Amino acid sequence: MSTPILDIEALTVTADDGRRLLDRITLAVGPGERVGMIGESGSGKSMTALAVMGLLPPGMTATGSILLGGTQVVAAAERDLVSLRGRVASVVFQEPLTALDPLMRLGHQLAIPLRRHQNLRGSALTEAVLRGLREVQISDPDRIARAYPHEVSGGQRQRVAIAMALACAPELLIADEPTTALDVTVQSEVLALLDTLVSDRGMALLFISHDLAVVSAVTERVLVLRSGVVVEAAPLTDILRTPDDPYTAELVASARALDAVLDSVARPTAPGQPAQTTPEEDSP
Amino acid sequence: MSALTEAQIDVSTPRRRTRSITLRIGAVLVGIIVILAIVSLFWVPFDPADTSGGRLEGPGSEHWLGTDKLGRDLATQIMIGARIALTVGLGAVAISAVLGIAIGLVAAFAVSWVDDTISAGLDILIAFPTLLLAMLIVAAQGASLGSAILSIGIAMSAIVARLTRVVAKRVLAQQYITAARTSGTSWWGIVWRHVLPNIWPTVSVSLALHFGLAVLAESSLSYLGLGAPPPNASWGRLLQEAQGTVLTAPVGALAPGIALVMLVLGVNFIADGLRDIADPTRRRSR
Repeated sequence: MSTPILDIEALTVTADDGRRLLDRITLAVGPGERVGMIGESGSGKSMTALAVMGLLPPGMTATGSILLGGTQVVAAAERDLVSLRGRVASVVFQEPLTALDPLMRLGHQLAIPLRRHQNLRGSALTEAVLRGLREVQISDPDRIARAYPHEVSGGQRQRVAIAMALACAPELLIADEPTTALDVTVQSEVLALLDTLVSDRGMALLFISHDLAVVSAVTERVLVLRSGVVVEAAPLTDILRTPDDPYTAELVASARALDAVLDSVARPTAPGQPAQTTPEEDSP
Repeated sequence: MSALTEAQIDVSTPRRRTRSITLRIGAVLVGIIVILAIVSLFWVPFDPADTSGGRLEGPGSEHWLGTDKLGRDLATQIMIGARIALTVGLGAVAISAVLGIAIGLVAAFAVSWVDDTISAGLDILIAFPTLLLAMLIVAAQGASLGSAILSIGIAMSAIVARLTRVVAKRVLAQQYITAARTSGTSWWGIVWRHVLPNIWPTVSVSLALHFGLAVLAESSLSYLGLGAPPPNASWGRLLQEAQGTVLTAPVGALAPGIALVMLVLGVNFIADGLRDIADPTRRRSR
């Protein structure tokens, strides 16, 4: 493997009150590699994503090392981070309704990163916006570009959010529960879309989810996070076959149990669809 | 999610209609005052210093609203007063908007001790009665229209700053700010593209309300003799002059009073309607 795009070494995040939200996380994502990060609510998955972008909430301190595209993120100056964000890595969030500015037309929101990173103006910019929307399989880009976030469906919002994340052609895409807030049918479409986009562009992917089925659909290697500690890190097939940690075993077993139920009840209608195992309650 | 959005649209449709009526009434009320003010620039029925009329005449064909105790035409003074009221309102709101939004944004973005210091300062300013503060500034500067505008604007900017700080903090905590930052938007870009447009619906309504308050504050200052000095016919000074003769010549007090109420009420109605215009999520979906 060549130099990793993301190389996290013993990352520890501590809150004001001394609680350790992440405890010595180590993780590397190589170019074009797809890594899943799985864990329950509050296990520190989203915190990891924010730490990577240098966007920890006030009062949280990170120690250890995060090399993003070869640049140290921990304790870096805001000015240096701004140039990394979007260009080296960008994020798709769980809830596109809150991740999009409610008062700005979607086309305008997509235009902002396009203009900055590709230095486009005028009609070339409009063209790029529409192209970006088509790329995420939005069938009527003209209408969507003029719409406000509350005027389009959840699936379309998430597609726009993905288009925004891709606008700067990042080497690493961090997807933080990108399908959790969506209907199950839309969920599989968005997953398929992410899958295609990531392979077409040869991007690396860090996919964060509480849902083993969803993670297994798009990634090759999985980290299991519990209470801020990585309890297991292995290729997906190993985790599914021989989970080492009791917590992982539990996750796999419950996913299998649900799969079995679904298979026995609804085999003719939806085989091989990612099953939803837990209620949608994960907070970002 | 889409069900929720539809529910919101259903609720907002009838509300929007009533709001647009208040907006229209507000526009008419303010429009009358604005027209009076504009006309007064080119033509007034009498020279404001013309004391040829009889003292305390009632409304009539020559002096439409009658005359004051010096025999000056009241309609003329109301028209000139409209000009002064609008000047004060716009000037004070402009000052408080620039100062208030700037200070509020700095506080919202600053590290906590700077924020705490600014907030404490604002709290002290706000606890100080606006009028008292304005009187202090006018006393230091001398009574003139300019110092009335400046002092009212500065006094109000503390309230605008505190509101801006709170609303901006709420906006900054939103995920779309984090999302914008993950895509590499600088702090300046965040302020300009995301924070200002998102605080504007709330702040603009407050500014419009402060327009009314500024007009009232200037009238109060003038009533106390600290506003624009004569011959500027401020409505507050008209009220004060008519105070002694309110029973014998009620129009002298009623006319500036009604003009004042029309302007302040109209502006408040417009403020209500403005919020809907500034916030597309409240507009009817196409």
